[in-house]
Amino acid sequence: MSLTARDLGLFAIMFAVLAMVAMFQSPQLAVTILNMSLISAIMALGVNMQWGYAGLFNVGIMGFTAVGGLAVVLVAQPPVPEAWAAGGLGILLGLMLGVATILGAVVVYKRMAPGRMRGAAIFAVVAVGYLVTSQVFGPAKQAVQAVNPASEGYLGGAGLPVILAWPVGAVFAAGVAWLVGKVSLGLRSDYLAIATLGISEIVIAVLKHERWLARGVNNVTGIERPVARPIELQPVPWVQSLAETLGWSVSQTASVVSGLGYSALFLIVLAILIWLAERALNSPWGRMMRAIRDNEVSARAMGKDVTRRHLMIFVLGSAVCGLAGAMMVSMDGQLTPGSYEPLRFTFLIWVMVIVGGSGNNWGAVLGAFVIWFLWVQVEPAGRWFMDMVTSGMALDSDLRRHLLDSAAYMRLLTMGVALLLMLRFAPRGLIPER
Amino acid sequence: MAEPFLIGESMTGGYGGADILHDCTIAVEKGQIAVIVGPNGAGKSTAMKAVFGMLKLRLGTVRLAGEDITALTPQARVSKGMGFVPQTSNIFPSMTVEENLEMGAFIRRDEIRATMEQVYELFPILRDKRRQAAGELSGGQRQQVAVGRALMTQPSVLMLDEPTAGVSPIVMDELFDRIIEIARTGISILMVEQNARQALEIADKGYVLVQGENRYTDTGQALLADPDVRKSFLGG
Amino acid sequence: MEPLNALVSVSNFMLIPAFAYGSQLALGALGITLIFSILRFAHFAHGDTMALGTAAVIGGTFFLQAQGVTIGRLPTALLAIPFGIVVMILYLLAADKLVYKYFRKVKAKPLTFVMASLGVMFVTNGITRLFMGVGETRFEDGERFLFTVREFRDWSGLAEGMALRSAQAITILTALIVMVALFWFLNRTRAGKSMRAYSDNEDLALLSGINPERVVVITWTITAILLVLAGTLYGLDKGFRPFNYFQLLLPMFAAAILGGLGSPLGAIVGAYVVAFAEMGITYAWRRVFGYLMPDGLEPTSMMQLLPVDYKFAVTFAILVIVLLFRPTGIFKGKVL
Repeated sequence: MSLTARDLGLFAIMFAVLAMVAMFQSPQLAVTILNMSLISAIMALGVNMQWGYAGLFNVGIMGFTAVGGLAVVLVAQPPVPEAWAAGGLGILLGLMLGVATILGAVVVYKRMAPGRMRGAAIFAVVAVGYLVTSQVFGPAKQAVQAVNPASEGYLGGAGLPVILAWPVGAVFAAGVAWLVGKVSLGLRSDYLAIATLGISEIVIAVLKHERWLARGVNNVTGIERPVARPIELQPVPWVQSLAETLGWSVSQTASVVSGLGYSALFLIVLAILIWLAERALNSPWGRMMRAIRDNEVSARAMGKDVTRRHLMIFVLGSAVCGLAGAMMVSMDGQLTPGSYEPLRFTFLIWVMVIVGGSGNNWGAVLGAFVIWFLWVQVEPAGRWFMDMVTSGMALDSDLRRHLLDSAAYMRLLTMGVALLLMLRFAPRGLIPER
Repeated sequence: MAEPFLIGESMTGGYGGADILHDCTIAVEKGQIAVIVGPNGAGKSTAMKAVFGMLKLRLGTVRLAGEDITALTPQARVSKGMGFVPQTSNIFPSMTVEENLEMGAFIRRDEIRATMEQVYELFPILRDKRRQAAGELSGGQRQQVAVGRALMTQPSVLMLDEPTAGVSPIVMDELFDRIIEIARTGISILMVEQNARQALEIADKGYVLVQGENRYTDTGQALLADPDVRKSFLGG
Repeated sequence: MEPLNALVSVSNFMLIPAFAYGSQLALGALGITLIFSILRFAHFAHGDTMALGTAAVIGGTFFLQAQGVTIGRLPTALLAIPFGIVVMILYLLAADKLVYKYFRKVKAKPLTFVMASLGVMFVTNGITRLFMGVGETRFEDGERFLFTVREFRDWSGLAEGMALRSAQAITILTALIVMVALFWFLNRTRAGKSMRAYSDNEDLALLSGINPERVVVITWTITAILLVLAGTLYGLDKGFRPFNYFQLLLPMFAAAILGGLGSPLGAIVGAYVVAFAEMGITYAWRRVFGYLMPDGLEPTSMMQLLPVDYKFAVTFAILVIVLLFRPTGIFKGKVL
């Protein structure tokens, strides 16, 4: 863990800026920014493992975080017994049949000699498997979705403590990553990018569409939280006395305290991950990974199974993204598949990694803080800017209204420019790899 | 003695690191064949690339027909009348034979049909295959395409980097015959060859390089007759 | 059994839309494959650049409409396409000069170019939304249909109807013309051949006196033309929403990879395969089979293999199959 004085200085500036937000804007905003920065930092850490250690280009971060978010619903939500009774078995059986179909096709592919017969056999297996599966799965799904559709209509979760969902989210994401990596690693580097882009779209499509799973676009809300909610904190005596000391309102104090509770949890996770990541990076394993990244050909010539190593790091990095996704959902207390956008959940994380310094874990963390801060603050800044620009125009002018409306998109522009400037003038980032 | 048509004189330099060439001189007269031979790692290809401007010289000059061209880029040397056939990747594989020849003449703005006819006369097989993708041809035919492409600029000097690498002995003889034919039309030939004996047989001038220095320089026949050269470089 | 009705039904709901969609994808995938073979990186800004190009055309269209300029039965947008193309040529060349050129000079790794294209994607995305917002904009005017369902029914006397929307007909026609023109350009002109030569063997192209910067400029110019056409035709057909253009990235890449990255013919074939697979697998075949099966044996279910929401899953499945079994694609593209 080697941080130079300059690195520490950069972090100090970042926290000073956050402190100023707390003072001049609002403490709640500062805590919100802090918490999302911490979560983003964990995502960036995961991406940095893949990109910085191994040079893998993952454009499906959104998918892995969403899978992690799904884990929260499946772990923490109470089960819906009526739904299970209505079609739980059918759904499980259907899923198993679906997997069996794919396995069957793989077995046929492996056992039979290449040729027209094999093609026909695979087609037959898939066709029969599809028909049987959909006969079992379809009605069960309908039945589940018909159970109290206004508030439930899904199978629910396991009703376990929500904290458990975090590691489970990591495991989910790791599973998806393993499948994608198995297919696309070992080929041209941009193929992995395109494959991950695809899988993340599919994950979101599944989340939106499969209502029996997590209510789809109807969202799952009111998920149990690992930290007391502001409303629960308001009557607590020490919160009230704290509010008095600070001169804040009780509700404001409660929400800051609740937010800081999350910050503490997230900080613990981030600290553990950084510690592990730094140890791994400076271990023989980490040196080997970087050697592979820098010269794949010679690493291969030395007998390293590069594809296998890549798969390993890809799975690990994606698991970290899944963990962050689970943390985010448990902070929001809701899973809203409609809110997952690739620009926000995939490409913004990339800007964080590049700006922070690819290959350096601390860099990824700093990048997450800086970029998330900009992401949040550029919008009001853009609005202010547009207000200035348009102040001379007539109040009802179309152009003025249009410009004011479009202030929100200034942040996309800013992010792009930031990324391009970094790539051009400081490709090693704020805290370079060493 | 009059100045040779093309001469790289006292060339010293390398690819940025340590020098590979040390005070090395290579020259070829008008319409003659000069061959560079030597053991592996002797700097044969490097010497040729130096003459063509593909590496920076620390010392020495390259002159073409008396003009100092040391500072010119390879592309500029092509315009000056130098043709170069690299050892590998010397064709456009997905383009047809005819298109390969056209691309060879890319810098020319005049009519190229006549030159193309000459190439087809030199390598008749290319005429038959002119609509075929060059990448689908056999090794020997590809070399013919490569040489043909370089001839399309109507160069006064043709430089060949191991033209017979990887082709069968029969094809090799055939290629050497063609090269002699090209030289007879007045084009100077400078080539690097792994097959030293056969190459020296057709050479007017031979250069034996060792570790980037001229070891022996004489006519091809004289080198073949020299017992020292035979013992050390031609396998007895 | 009424095979004619079945044919009409499947044409109306599946074949014609898929053909139009495939043509739009093909124009996009051609751009991706060209950039890949000349500049040698995966152009992630493609979808968003398409959106910006379309936005320029829409701007031009609205301007023309405000001036009262129309072209009768055809959409006014066709008249604005040249404007959009000029804007996008300038935009892409500016992006090249400001961004990519530097990385070419320092011979950066391919993934650095991809990163840079992410940056360009963000910027382009922001600009498009600044002008257009995120909502849907419809800009199709003129005659909406070449013939309507009713007209077709009256004419043919069949129970099933079929309509041909002008946007679809224009798409298919334009795509065919553009493809022919592109192949003519690549195979018959000096500039086109120099592009192919550069793509084949960069060093030898240099030795032959081909100016790489010129090749790059030509490539971006052609890409701009393809982009604006693809984007405008897609927008005429389905309405303009910036996010939909971003989502086209996946099918366009899948088409280019399926056909073999770097192979223009492959990109076209790949695009139609992707389009027909997407539409075919998410299409409800009930009606068609209702006509085809003997009386009493009509299907009772929708006969839809997958819900429409999963059309990306179809694309992805195609991509996975190609990567697993033939990573070079149908027409043997470049695989490093």
